[in-house]
Amino acid sequence: MPEERPHQDLEQLDDRLAKARENAGISAPEKQQKNTHPGSALGLAMRVGVELVSALAIGVFIGWGLDTLFGTGPWLLLVFILLGGGAGILNVYRMASGFGYTAGYQKDQDVGDDKSGEQSPETED
Amino acid sequence: MAAGHSPLSQFEIKRWVPIEIGDYDISFTNSSTFMVLTVLTISLFLILSMRRKALVPGRWQSMAELSYMFVANLLKDTVGNEGRPYFPFVFTVFMFVLIGNLLGMIPYSFAFTSHIVVTFVMALVVFIGVTIIAIVKHKLHFFTLFMPPGVPIAMAPLLVPIEIISYLSRPISLSVRLFANMLAGHTLLKVFAGFVISLGLFGVFPLAFVVALTGLEIVIAFLQAYVFTILTCLYLNDALHLH
Repeated sequence: MPEERPHQDLEQLDDRLAKARENAGISAPEKQQKNTHPGSALGLAMRVGVELVSALAIGVFIGWGLDTLFGTGPWLLLVFILLGGGAGILNVYRMASGFGYTAGYQKDQDVGDDKSGEQSPETED
Repeated sequence: MAAGHSPLSQFEIKRWVPIEIGDYDISFTNSSTFMVLTVLTISLFLILSMRRKALVPGRWQSMAELSYMFVANLLKDTVGNEGRPYFPFVFTVFMFVLIGNLLGMIPYSFAFTSHIVVTFVMALVVFIGVTIIAIVKHKLHFFTLFMPPGVPIAMAPLLVPIEIISYLSRPISLSVRLFANMLAGHTLLKVFAGFVISLGLFGVFPLAFVVALTGLEIVIAFLQAYVFTILTCLYLNDALHLH
């Protein structure tokens, strides 16, 4: 059909222009939902575990280090074990509720994806 | 089972060229060999495939362009256009982890990403680098990261240590994820491969499982390289766009 062709071409051109603009950084790319990777249930469980334990390990490490530095018995270790546990739960909470990885409370645009929490460059300071 | 055939013996570090400077053991090990091999493979792959620079890419060239575009898009999606100066680093990280994982899948080779030392140092480089970028870019404003706005001041003694610990736990969770996946996968492969001989005729079942597992491991090799890269991008994003 000779009459439909130019129209189609124009529509395609629009798409291509948008894409080119996006790639050149002129207009902002649209957010896309991805991050549904294979084996996500196991992966999620593993991530929760790692986040919990790593924060706890850092807490234990800091507490133990400060204790040997100041010679203050087991007390700082006890305090930092609790703080580390709290930080671990905070990590998991952030991960699960889409806060992303930031320290500080910053709500992500898209809630509930399990990995990246695609963040837009929010500015509110 | 003989000592050399333990499922964990594949992770043993062997000193191929023993070198000692002072008290430091900087021997050239099988781990270092495979790191060098990885760098060589990446360099050869990228240089040879881009040699012709054809307008219509051939097979190798399109593979190189694909990996370039993949990382470039990843960086743009997560960080935005401010992330462009850091593309070379992110691309290097991605290729190093990916090719390291894939080379580790070749029988009789050595997967250096299954060692926590290697992954932790890589995570530490990312972590320290990102922190330096954030401090240089935002100066003292960086430290508001640990004291979010709108929090009552009475909460600060409790909240600030928790936020700092949470921040410091990043390199651990980054490195442990890669390391644990590779370690578990390679051990599992070895364990099931051990069943093949000992079960005799019924060994076909574990053999089939090993074949399937090998495929899964290759997927995991890609996936973990992707995860490592996207987390690097996210940390970079946090550093560049401090809220």
